[in-house]
This record gives sequence, structure tokens and C-alpha cells, in this order.
Amino acid sequence: MSTETAINIDREKGNFSYDTQYEYDAGIGLNEGVVNYIADVKSEPDWVRKFRLKALKVFWSKPMPTHWATKDLENIHFDKFRYYLSKGQQPSRSWDDVPADVKETFERLGIPEQERAFLAGVEAQFDSEAAYSNMKEELSKEGVIFVGSTEGLKEHPEIFRKYFGKVIPIGDNKFSALNSAVFSGGSFIYVPPGVKVKQPLQAYFRINAENFAQFERTLIIADEGAEVTYMEGCTAPKFETTTLHSAVVELVALKGAKIQYITVQNWSANVFNLVTKRGLAGEDSEIKWIDCNIGSRLTMKYPGVILKGRRARGEVISIALAGDGQHQDTGAKMIHAADETTSNIIAKSISVGQGRSTYRGQVYIPKHLKGCRNNTECDALLINSNSRTDTYPAITVRGNNNSVQHEASVSKVSAEQIFYLMQRGLSEGEAMSLTVNGFINDLVKQFPMEYSVELKRLIDLEMEGSVG
Amino acid sequence: MNALEIKNLHVTIDGQQILKDLSLTLPKGEVHAIMGPNGSGKSTLAKALVGHEDYIVDSGTATMDGKDIFDMEVNERSREGLFLAFQYPAEIPGVTIANFIRAALNARQPKGEDVDAVAYYKDLYSEMERLDIDRKFTSRSVNEGFSGGEKKRCEILQMSMLKPDYCILDETDSGLDIDALKIVADGVNHMRGKDRGILIITHYQRLLNYIVPDRVHIMWDGRIVKSGDKSLAFEVEERGYDWVKQEQTASV
Repeated sequence: MSTETAINIDREKGNFSYDTQYEYDAGIGLNEGVVNYIADVKSEPDWVRKFRLKALKVFWSKPMPTHWATKDLENIHFDKFRYYLSKGQQPSRSWDDVPADVKETFERLGIPEQERAFLAGVEAQFDSEAAYSNMKEELSKEGVIFVGSTEGLKEHPEIFRKYFGKVIPIGDNKFSALNSAVFSGGSFIYVPPGVKVKQPLQAYFRINAENFAQFERTLIIADEGAEVTYMEGCTAPKFETTTLHSAVVELVALKGAKIQYITVQNWSANVFNLVTKRGLAGEDSEIKWIDCNIGSRLTMKYPGVILKGRRARGEVISIALAGDGQHQDTGAKMIHAADETTSNIIAKSISVGQGRSTYRGQVYIPKHLKGCRNNTECDALLINSNSRTDTYPAITVRGNNNSVQHEASVSKVSAEQIFYLMQRGLSEGEAMSLTVNGFINDLVKQFPMEYSVELKRLIDLEMEGSVG
Repeated sequence: MNALEIKNLHVTIDGQQILKDLSLTLPKGEVHAIMGPNGSGKSTLAKALVGHEDYIVDSGTATMDGKDIFDMEVNERSREGLFLAFQYPAEIPGVTIANFIRAALNARQPKGEDVDAVAYYKDLYSEMERLDIDRKFTSRSVNEGFSGGEKKRCEILQMSMLKPDYCILDETDSGLDIDALKIVADGVNHMRGKDRGILIITHYQRLLNYIVPDRVHIMWDGRIVKSGDKSLAFEVEERGYDWVKQEQTASV
């Protein structure tokens, strides 16, 4: 199968780092000077600089959310990170424009094959700046904008400013404030009314500098009746010291629009991945998050949908795999704010070794609404007695005209299952992998083919590693 | 020698010795049956041979065509040609039968190589047809929610796809109605041949009406106490295991 060879991102290839010469470097630590430096280097309009400086104050004023989240957050030392690094080149449109050493990194990650296989529109992020982006001609002919966030705010302020920071305000949480102060990179997408983008838009990005925090900012707007699917995937090189990743992704689906946002993440085991993702769904619109988290030291991510318009639909499909020493604290938020809105959450987590999975959900349906429905299912699979899983489903439903359904299960991979599979010739790792893939099989079917192949491969690698 | 040879096997579970000096030779090309009352150690023999970790081999040897199987990992024994049709096969939720058997076949390929998908499905469907298994079966999860008969047929399907050199069928007849029994027996008979040894473990003689064994062994208290041709099975059926017991006691 050609797609199998096309997506060849394996952990081994991800475990490397190039010595990259950075033209722009904001230095170590976080202060107003750093924020101003970023605004200067990117020649941003004044309103963005003000937005950033305001966000920095909010960031400082907010405490760490350790009253409900893990104490491990205290191990993030904000004064030890670099907040901006860039090679300084403009986003490139064609493969030929991409610098050779950047190309080499992409080559090792299998990006060129991706490019050939899915020429829809690829924006791969190298460090802070989009080093490479490509948009299929038909897309721009239809008026679809797919650019980096910096280019978006400069070239399309009339659309950008209207929605930027509106779905996730600066002060939503400490990390959204941090992102708002130092963001760089990420995508800006606008799909005009009625345009249905057939092929998924893809962004690949990776962290490639030690102690380097990455703060993408993505804003996707689907105008009335528009449809778009966005896919992001990441691999990161292995570092000795901790790395912070804190993205903000805002989606806006106007009346009758559909947005599907697909993520497959495979961070190296030292990354703090603290991401805020939320969509605003208008009347008869649909927002669907498909989110798969593998790797990282700590991931905290709860994609959400604010169901603002009547009959809006929100969905979160979440897969989390916590290996040894990892903590996946993931879940979903569904805020119902109009009649007849429906939401669906299906979360599956796998904990291996000392790995820990937490499901945290919030579903809110206020009293005055009618005909709202939520379905929440969370299933956990434990792969040895040390694994830990917790479920915190906060479901608030008021009024008599709304319904919720909640199911949760915890299961274990048994020695008898592994023995049975091994008696058929599979190694212990292959047996684990097959069992885990079976557990998430119904969700993986919802991923596009190329992603489900990659996902299977990532799980194979994780399982091989887990049995040593 | 082209045979599964078990010599002086002693096996313990949870500190209790179950197999006590068991010896048995199953040459390629033959079908042997092991009969014995409950608790005589029949299933222990099967589990110990395939390498279940709870079954501790204290002493004795087992070789497959001269190769020491106790030296091999569980999956190595399988890939070397040893197959167990489980009495109670495990359920693997979400893993389809088609993917499961394919994974097992891929595990037998050189590293990085997979079986050809088209040829695989062609094989799979023709084997299923012979075992009277509906095609929809392949997309069901392995053993999940299967009836007893479906589980056993699924075991035989795996056996016919993996084509092992030595097959052990552990109480494959239990829980089967007469129609299912005939289908399973047909499946096993189809597998008979000069390149394969088959060991049928059973409590009842019933299955042996459909799969006629070359040799019958009676197991008692952890060892083979009597061996003979197929007529031995009828004798047991007629006279019960007490007869063997009395003979045993008399000989001590």
C-alpha cells in the first residue's frame, strides 16, 4: 500500500536534533523585553503588541492551576525557556524555497512523501516560523486562505481580528495567557461561504531546539455552509531537559458550517504539552475534534465546543496513551448555550507501566434550554498493575427537557489474552499492540486512512518499548 | 526423528505436581488421542507444552523434530509449528478474526515482510467455506460473544490457516452439538497428512467416531498408563475409567 510507505514517521527518526543556526533569538526567560522583541522581529501591527503585553500581565497574575491539576506543573520553570527562536525566513510556498538543512529534517520525518501524497495544502512548521507551506491552486481560487498566523494577522486583519482571542480569551487560563503573550507560528484558515474543502489541510510541526518553548496559535474560520478538515501531527526530537509546548487553537463554525480538527501527537517524554482548544459552533453547524495524544511528560488538553447556535453539534473523539512516567490528563468540554444542541464525547485512554491517564470532562446544559442532548463515554485500558487511571466527569444538566447519558469502563489486558496471542506466534510486544489497537479500533476508524496507519505504527512502537 | 517427543515430563502448578513422569511420542503423519478422567492432567500437558507461565516444568524433555521446545519462548514454539486449539480461548475485543489471523501469519514472515493481502483473503474465505463459517464472521472480534461452537470453529479456522506441524486439540469437542462436532471433525480430518501430527485431548469417545485416531492413550494421575489402537477408546467408553483405575491399582 503506497500510503503505508508514505507515512514513515517512527520514533527512532524522531530522536535527533540538528544544530540549527537561529537568526533571531529572544534569549532565555520571560519579560516585557522578550514580548517586545517578538513583536519587533515579526514587524507586527501595534494592536498585536498591545495584546501580547496585556496577556503577559494576565499570565503573571494567574496562579498555576495546581488546586485541581497535577503538582508536576510546579516543575515548569518559566525563566529557563527560550520563548522565540527563528531562522528568519519568510514562509515558503514551494519545496524548492525550503533551506537544505530544514529539508533534511523533513526528509527524515517523511514529510516529502506526505507532500507528494497529499498535495492539498501543507504547512509544516519548523521552529517558530512556518518554514514551508504549500497551498493547492484550486484552494486559493476558491478564496480559501491557508497561511501562518503572522501572515494572517498582517494580510487579513479584517477577518483575523474579528475572531482572534474571542473563542479563547487571554485570561481563559494561565497557559492561554502565556500563549497570547508569546505566540508565533500556527495556522490561519478562512473558508468562504459554501466552500467545501475536499482534501484535509495538513500542518506538520516539530520542536527542534533544546529548552525551546513552542507557542502556536491557530485560528480557523468556516463561513456559512463551509466545510473544512484540518490535520496536525507532530513528532519531537529527544532532549535531556524539559520542553514546554503550549498552543491555543480557536475554531469558528458559522451557520451550517462544518469543521473537523484532527490531531495525532507524539511528543518526546520530556515535553509539557498544555494546550487550549475550543470551537464556537453557530446555528446548525458542527465542530468535531479528533484528538490523539501519545508521549509527552504531561499533556493537559480538553478540546471543547461552545454550542452557541440552535441545533449546533459538538463532538470530541479522544485517544490518550500514557507510557511509563507519562501523564495524559485529557478530556473534553461541551458548553450548551442554545436549544436542541447535541454533544458527544468518546474518550479512550491506555495506561502502560507507570503511566497515568486522567479523563476530565465538563458538560454544561443550563436550565432554560430545551431539547439538548449529551452522550459521554470514557473507557480506560490498563496494561499492568502499576498503571493509574482517574475519571472526573463533571456533568451539569439543569431543567427537565434535556438528556445526558454517561458510561465509563476500566479494563485490563489479561495475561491470558497475551498468552493466547503469543501461542499464535506474536511477540509479547505485538500481542500488546494488537490488543491496544483493538481497544481503540472503533475510534481509529474515524481517522483518515493515512492517520490511522500512522497511529497504529506509533502504538506498535510504544508497545515494543513497553515490554523491553 | 520427525515427531513430538515427550520424555519423563514432570510439571507443577501452584506447588502441586500434576504431571508425573509422562512420556509420549507423536510421530508426524499420525493422529493420537489422549483420554482420561477429569483431573488426570490432560490440559496441563497441553498448557505445559505450549509454555504457559503458570505451568512449571520440573524435569523431563519435549522435542519437536529433535528441537528442544522448552528452550523456546511461547511465540517461538508457535512459529516452529506447535499449535494449541484452546479449550477456553481468550476474547480480544476490537480485534477482528481477519486481522488476528493475518497478524499471526505476518509474525511468521521475515521481519518487515507481510503476507499478500489478496492471497490471504482468498485462502481465508476458502477455509471458512469448508468449515461452514459465514463470511461476516471475519469482521467480528476474536471470540467476543461467541457461542461455544463458534469458539471451537474459530480455533480450527486458525489451525487450518497457520498449518502447524503439530496440533494439540484441548477438549475441542466440549460444548459442541452433533452438527458442530461433525464440522470440526471434518476440519481436523482435512488437516491429517504425512507432514502433521495431531494430538486430540478428550474426555469422551464421541469425537473419535468422527476423527479416527491411529493411537489412543489413557492418562491417569499425571502419566500415560495405557496405550492402544482405536479399540481402546471403545473399551473406555464401555467400561469407564474405573476399569483403568482398577487395573492400575492391581499393578501396583
